[in-house]
Amino acid sequence: MTTIDPARAEHETERQPASPPRRSTATRGTRIIGIGAIVALGWLIAFGLGFSPADRDQLESVRILYVHVPTIWLAYLAFIVTAVSSAMYLFSKKKSLGWDRAAGASAEIGVTFVAVTLAVGAMWGRLTWGVFWQWDARLTTTALLFVTYIGYLAVRRLGGSHEQRAKRSAVLGMIAVVEIPLVHFSVKMWRSLHQEATVANLDGDTKMDGLMLFSLFVGVIAFTLLYVWLMLHRTRAMAMEDLLEERGLDDALVARRAEAAATTPPPTSTTTSTTTTGSDS
Amino acid sequence: MNTVAVARLIAAKDLRVERRSKIVTNQVLPFAGITMVSFAFALDKQNVLDTVAPGLVWLATMFSLLIIVQRTFAIETDDGALDAMRVAGVDPRAIFMGKAMALGVQLLVLEAMLFGAAVIFYGESIPSEHAVASVVLLVTTMLSATCGLAAVGTLYGGLAAGFKGSETLLPLLTLPAVAPVLIGATKAVESAVGTSGAVVSEGWQWVGLLTVFAVAAVVGGALAFGPLIDD
Repeated sequence: MTTIDPARAEHETERQPASPPRRSTATRGTRIIGIGAIVALGWLIAFGLGFSPADRDQLESVRILYVHVPTIWLAYLAFIVTAVSSAMYLFSKKKSLGWDRAAGASAEIGVTFVAVTLAVGAMWGRLTWGVFWQWDARLTTTALLFVTYIGYLAVRRLGGSHEQRAKRSAVLGMIAVVEIPLVHFSVKMWRSLHQEATVANLDGDTKMDGLMLFSLFVGVIAFTLLYVWLMLHRTRAMAMEDLLEERGLDDALVARRAEAAATTPPPTSTTTSTTTTGSDS
Repeated sequence: MNTVAVARLIAAKDLRVERRSKIVTNQVLPFAGITMVSFAFALDKQNVLDTVAPGLVWLATMFSLLIIVQRTFAIETDDGALDAMRVAGVDPRAIFMGKAMALGVQLLVLEAMLFGAAVIFYGESIPSEHAVASVVLLVTTMLSATCGLAAVGTLYGGLAAGFKGSETLLPLLTLPAVAPVLIGATKAVESAVGTSGAVVSEGWQWVGLLTVFAVAAVVGGALAFGPLIDD
């Protein structure tokens, strides 16, 4: 079985000299970030479900927003990281595949966060509007963003060399990011049932109760730590996958050659004699 | 030979191939027509059709776009023509522009037929009191929307060409990307034909959006096409 050192694989996918094999993508840093994420998520549960008050109009359903809003913000961040990493891959001289893996990992996490946003948003919609889904500008553009990045992930799996994958997906990653302003400002551009931005607006007025705002802040911290933790693990796992693909073929060839050498008997006089007898008969 | 001249040659070649094979006239146009009729069956109410006809025309255009793009790149990849053009040193921007121009011409023919179908099947008409302004808005909308659709279709067609599963990947990539065209063109045509009391002047802001989209798609596509087909 091929064993890979993720710390080395992250930097370079070429064949590495023998090193102590490790089977984990974790390091001391990721463990600290992971523990931080768990603590922050616990803190979010305490503030979101316990300490923060119910809303005058939305009642208890307002608590859903402590997940809904941070996940979509982090998804925007993830897609911007994808675009920046894609640009770094395309326009840098070195063309490091590390940028490509960062773009891919960030897009995967972003898609997951948008899925969470849509799912909890649908629950909130059912409680507040009476329907799970409304054909509204913000919802529709968010769904488009989700499908676009699913397409991006599909392009990453088209096949070909790592460089081909990196180039194709980098172009798409830079194009897809222009949808983010469309999603964010859709509530201003069209008549929308979805409320306008309460915190991330241009007039600087947050229009929100202090404890609710703090709970939202805790949510942002928790999901940011989760994003960083997932990014580190996923980029390392992708580096290992790439390395495994490259080493896998070489290892398979060596194994088949060894197998062939072990099973093929050397030519002997008995064999020759048998063959000759067979021919004669 | 400069880029524009090469682009014109490629566009002429694509249109010549189409004229000889007659795939668009024999298959895509009937498909678009049956799509329009199917919408009428599904909705089955004249007042609903009056309201949604502009959107249905553009939706049928998008579905047909996917078939035309598949077809135009299948011709290239089957014979390795795209690789041959690159090996011959043809500028990728010229390939992009040429293929987009040919696609645009085919789309304009298709859209003209679909608007005719909307008049016949859905009873759409141009308001007589400001017929000239409506026709100008309608034609400008068709031209700007077609530029955007052709550029996006060519870019994603080139990206998916020659790979396993490109038939299913192309709609997944293209339909979300052309959603602004669907929204803008539908709103502009609603203004042109006066759907639900919309007036012509309201349509021009949507033509502005379509024009910005078309310029971005053409410039972005011309720059991105080279890295995509260089593999």
